[in-house]
Amino acid sequence: MSKKISIIVVSGMRERLQMAGMVASIGAVSGDAVTVFLSMNALQHFRRGAVEPAPVEGAFGKLLESKGAPPFRHLFQSAAELGDAKIHPCSMAVDVLGVEPADLEPWLDEPMGLTRFLSEAHGGQVWSF
Amino acid sequence: MAEKIVVDARGSFCPGPLMELIARLKFAQVGDELEVLSTDRGSANDIPEWLNKVGHQLLGAREENGVWRIALKKMK
Repeated sequence: MSKKISIIVVSGMRERLQMAGMVASIGAVSGDAVTVFLSMNALQHFRRGAVEPAPVEGAFGKLLESKGAPPFRHLFQSAAELGDAKIHPCSMAVDVLGVEPADLEPWLDEPMGLTRFLSEAHGGQVWSF
Repeated sequence: MAEKIVVDARGSFCPGPLMELIARLKFAQVGDELEVLSTDRGSANDIPEWLNKVGHQLLGAREENGVWRIALKKMK
C-alpha cells in the first residue's frame, strides 16, 4: 500500500546525504509518495552542476566513493525522475544561501516553506538526516 | 516471443542495481523478461522484495561465481 514519506535533509556530510538519497529513491520507486526538504548545509550540494564531493564524517564515507556506490545526487535525481519524488529546497535556506531557484539542479521542485512541508508531512513517516 | 533484456549492474552497490533495473523497465513492454546481473549481495535480496511490492514477477534468482542473476517478467 502506498505510504507518505517525508524526508528532511539538513546535513552536508556525505554519509547522511547518501542515506537520505537511498531512502528517497527506494521509497519513491516503490510507489510511496516521497517529499524531500533540503535545508541548512545540505542545500549547497544541490547547486546546478555541483561536482565537489561532500565532506565525510568517517571512514565509511571514503569507502562509499572508493567502492563505487551511486553518488547521492544521482540517487535524489533518480527519486525525482524514476519515482516522481518531490524534492524541494527550503525557502529559508535558498534566501540565506543567496541563490535563485535557477541556480539549483533543474530536477528540484520549487522552494517550499516549512509550514507547507509540515502540513504535507502530516500523517506520514518523517525521516531526518 | 518476448524480448530478453540483460541489465548488467555488476560493480554497483545498493541501490544502484535496482535503479538501473527500474530505468530499463520503463522502456520495456509488458511481458518482457529481464535479467539483472549484480555483484551486490544486498541487491540480490532487495530486488525480489521490490518486485513483490510493486507487482512484477520474479522468475528466478541464482548466484554464480559472485554474480547474482535475478530474472523477472514485467507485468504492468
